[in-house]
Amino acid sequence: MTTITFIQPDGRSRSLALADGTSLMQGATGAGLDGIVAECGGNAMCATCHVYVDEAWAGRLPPRSDEEDALLDGAAAERLPTSRLSCQITVTPDLDGLVVRLPDRQI
Amino acid sequence: MTPSPRAPEPTSGLPPPASGLSPSGAPALDVDPFSTEFFEDPHRIHEALREAGPVVWLSRWSVHAVARYAEVHAVLNDPATFCSGRGVGLSDFARETPWRPKSLILEADPPEHGRTRAVLARVLSPGVMKTLRERFRVAAEALTEDLLARRSFDAVSDLAEAFPLSVFPDAVGLQREGREHLLPYAGLAFNAFGPPNELRRRALETAAPHVDWVMAQCQRQNLAPGGFGAAIHEAADRGEITHDEAPLLVRSLLTAGLDTTVNGIGAAIYCLARFPEAFARLRGKPALARAAFEEAVRFESPVQTFFRTTTRDVEIGGVTIPDGAKVLMFLGAANRDPRRWQDPARYDPERQTVGHVGFGSGIHMCVGQLLARLEGEVMLGALAARVGAIAITGPVVRRYNNTLRGLERLPVTLTPA
Ligand code: HEM
Ligand code: FES
Repeated sequence: MTTITFIQPDGRSRSLALADGTSLMQGATGAGLDGIVAECGGNAMCATCHVYVDEAWAGRLPPRSDEEDALLDGAAAERLPTSRLSCQITVTPDLDGLVVRLPDRQI
Repeated sequence: MTPSPRAPEPTSGLPPPASGLSPSGAPALDVDPFSTEFFEDPHRIHEALREAGPVVWLSRWSVHAVARYAEVHAVLNDPATFCSGRGVGLSDFARETPWRPKSLILEADPPEHGRTRAVLARVLSPGVMKTLRERFRVAAEALTEDLLARRSFDAVSDLAEAFPLSVFPDAVGLQREGREHLLPYAGLAFNAFGPPNELRRRALETAAPHVDWVMAQCQRQNLAPGGFGAAIHEAADRGEITHDEAPLLVRSLLTAGLDTTVNGIGAAIYCLARFPEAFARLRGKPALARAAFEEAVRFESPVQTFFRTTTRDVEIGGVTIPDGAKVLMFLGAANRDPRRWQDPARYDPERQTVGHVGFGSGIHMCVGQLLARLEGEVMLGALAARVGAIAITGPVVRRYNNTLRGLERLPVTLTPA
């Protein structure tokens, strides 16, 4: 299990212990976390699983695919250099302690 | 009778029992999922299919089928074993010539599929949807005002068909002349995925004029600049696909992009009319419009079935399906599998629907799903803002199609909010 902290736009935060090998999106929605919609179920189509990765971590994640990069342009909330699609990030032990912020909207 | 949030669908009566085993050892059922009896009430037979086993044999059409959520999801997500290139209907393209040049996306496998898929994914991306939203919203509001002025109308032709027809052909960039061919063309293409029954035979007999019109509209000179069609031809200019491929990819939008949303919106209206309590919740919280549409896609599954073909011997639940066999996936049955869904026969706009297979799953998952959701959201949102109640005021008539589930007629009367 790997602990990841999600911070809502209003500042509330919640730390979840997620199973390695699942996606950040699957782990978060499975735990009933609000703020990730994931309409396409993780098929990299909808950009409604948008998150901002804490700056300290941004460079430590595997890079975005071209597909993810293009989708992020269509995300409902502002795109930032730290924007990622949570369905495209796999939980691994080296992400322990990762902090991600949720955007103010997904649609 | 007071309508309840539970579907008033017959659930009594014993499901038809399994009648022996298939050559593969799968339980055999003598039911026809392409019959009018089934179209009128698929749920009882869906249940029998799910309960018979993880994989069943349909003796009527000599084909294996999966109806439980887990197996349908697994088949959709294993395209190397369950391919689409031999057709996603019952007809096996390795043995029979397809009735039309095969689709470059729906009926393609990796790696070729990835190339054409990337083009349509970009043409229908979240970013493109943002540019359409306002126009679609205005159209939905205008239609709602018209319908409120009329009060009583047919919610199939005057709403579920009228709304997509008012936005989709323009978004593609089609010329005005001949648009009446679009729905018959889609209807026949979706019938053609079925077995060689009367519906399919009649569809192919009457196909020619519709096919001719649709193929002509896929040519570049007939597509207005700025639309999805022109965008596909521009992808060919950039070398992402060939110029010969572009018209066939436009055809995919014309086949899959209109009748599906008609039946999706129709499903949502039928739900909201049958379950006034759900409509009241939507009215109280209009932000539920998108979720109410999504739940209708789960609940009714406007696209009921697709086939795959095995590329090797493969075991499902102890049964070995031989290489080169067709496998039928019951999306509608998976979307109501009690193993996956709590109270599956209840229409609940606040349900967590993520993971339903109404749009498929995996590499072929509907590339137009964002457009479908946009249409559904703005249409339900406009109704929720202005309409107090939707009452069914005449006989509801089902439309028969081998793949699509929807209505022929839904007479309703609106009460203004
Ligand atoms: C409520 C409306 C819709 C439903 C229920 C629906 C359903 C589906 C399903 C179940 C599939 C998967 C096929 C498979 O796995 O073999 C699919 C694929 C597809 N859909 Fe949709 N669809 C809808 C709307 C649309 C729209 C609006 C468009 C186009 C604008 C579209 C275009 C396509 C295309 C091109 C594919 C093939 C994708 C591929 O093979 O990669 N659909 N759709
Ligand atoms: S869940 Fe749809 S893109 Fe991530």
